Amino acid sequence: MHEKSIAELSLGLKNKQYSSLELTQAYLTRIQSLDADLNAFITVTEDLALAAARQADVRLAQADATPLTGIPIAQKDIFCTQGVRSSCGSRMLDNFISPYDATVVERFHQAGAVMLGKLNMDEFAMGSSNETSYYGPVRNPWDTGAVPGGSSGGSAAAVAARLAPGATGTDTGGSIRQPASFCGITGLKPTYGRVSRWGMIAFASSLDQAGPMARTAEDCALMLQVMAGFDPRDSTSVDQPVPDYSTTLNDSLAGLRVGLPKEFFGAGLDPDIGRLIHAAVDEYRKLGATIKEISLPNMHLSGPAYYVVAPAECSSNLARFDGVRYGYRCPEPRDLKDLYMRSRGEGFGAEVKRRILIGTYALSAGYYDAYYLKAQKIRRLISEDFKRAFEEVDVIMGPTSPSVAFRFGEKSADPIAMYLSDIYTIAVNLAGLPGMSIPVGFSQKLPVGMQIIGHYFAEDRLLNVAHRYQQVTDWHTRAPSAFL
Amino acid sequence: MSLTNEDVSRIAWLARLEIDPSKTSDYARDLSGILGFIEQMNSVDTESVAPMAHPLDQAQRLRPDHVTEPDQRALFQARAPAVEAGLYLVPKVIE
Repeated sequence: MHEKSIAELSLGLKNKQYSSLELTQAYLTRIQSLDADLNAFITVTEDLALAAARQADVRLAQADATPLTGIPIAQKDIFCTQGVRSSCGSRMLDNFISPYDATVVERFHQAGAVMLGKLNMDEFAMGSSNETSYYGPVRNPWDTGAVPGGSSGGSAAAVAARLAPGATGTDTGGSIRQPASFCGITGLKPTYGRVSRWGMIAFASSLDQAGPMARTAEDCALMLQVMAGFDPRDSTSVDQPVPDYSTTLNDSLAGLRVGLPKEFFGAGLDPDIGRLIHAAVDEYRKLGATIKEISLPNMHLSGPAYYVVAPAECSSNLARFDGVRYGYRCPEPRDLKDLYMRSRGEGFGAEVKRRILIGTYALSAGYYDAYYLKAQKIRRLISEDFKRAFEEVDVIMGPTSPSVAFRFGEKSADPIAMYLSDIYTIAVNLAGLPGMSIPVGFSQKLPVGMQIIGHYFAEDRLLNVAHRYQQVTDWHTRAPSAFL
Repeated sequence: MSLTNEDVSRIAWLARLEIDPSKTSDYARDLSGILGFIEQMNSVDTESVAPMAHPLDQAQRLRPDHVTEPDQRALFQARAPAVEAGLYLVPKVIE
């Protein structure tokens, strides 16, 4: 059953080829036997999953089912889950059993989906390789000596290894798209404000956005249908109707205008990846699209601006972890100052500390204009570059990442080298646009992802564009040989 | 911009974040490198550009001033490292 997509499983459940309980047990067995090689899961919620599967079978029998009723999925451990450890990949929250469910988790429960467990991630979503997790790195199912990408590396590895047919991810600077690319799966970062951030542990609040990760665009559509929508509990949630994503998946691409930003194909891009992206673009030409070179002249400023905005907001958001109300407290604090300093010093790992320090410095007295305000102005320039581009084209295509999955330790000693792994994805977060990554081939036996960027709230168009490609190619069906 | 060990200690104090003293110069080196990367922002003149706080330029939404949340103090305090009589306990602040 594990080789099937969510859409196929949904049909199988509806036609009573198998029950949700059988399906859930099959996935739990796979996790038990295979996850030791990957470390994709921080927590497996076996009892809750079996109970939810039994409930789903009742709903299916009563014909009260949604397309996701009875479908096992896994949640990135950044989402709060009631009664279940919600660690965010950090020692700081290793002991944190959430008293409530995130909106995203609640919506999956209401749809009848079955939660298999909580997925490993870079600590507080700060990383591009999953090497910063307190629970140890996740390994890439295509090559266990390579990183899965990050921060949603557990999500990408679990889906690629067929340990879950779908998983949630979050994307602040590329954390859905880059691991999707490294693990050969499909991932979508929606428009900022499309999916509720309530109960999603905050990293950089003006950038954070949750989205689906699955094997196909069709499955991402089914998941986004559940996740998207207005939530009064999130003050930045956008009150706009959610279209039925499945109805436009098969729309024709004749006349689709595709833009290729020349800045995405310059020095720094692995030439083999460039070749694969152009081959994928040729498929779109065959599907009726017209291709045009465009320019996003301020692209090169997105990394510098991001590494002000994200750390500044992180330093502010992570100030809540003080060793007083929940989370880690250092043993035998001498006084209140010692309690704060040591609880935070011992509870956070090195990369989180680096970002808190950079953010604190950027926001400290006298530096605000030079750093945060300057970065916000650059955000405007980047966003205007995209607006101009979308007057001429419908979608923008390019590589998701400049390289395939790199080796463990290859970039962990040099923060800037690690940050450059997200060089093509960051601008999309700064502008708040939706972006996807889809598998388009292999280089050095590792998957390569192509990024597709759309205009605000054009998730339906992105899913359509990705789906039509997946109808005429089979890259998205490839499975790593150790996890067939 | 290059940060000294003293700068790092001052920033760590502002962030109430203990760092291992033997690692201070590593942080100074890494943070200086990141600031150098960030300062590429200065290559463009942004004098007349309006800062962007929200991708969709949305204003903060207001809601009616109604009580919507029930009292869940006991539930929340069950996660705390130390509580007594409904209060969070910290080391003595006033002698």
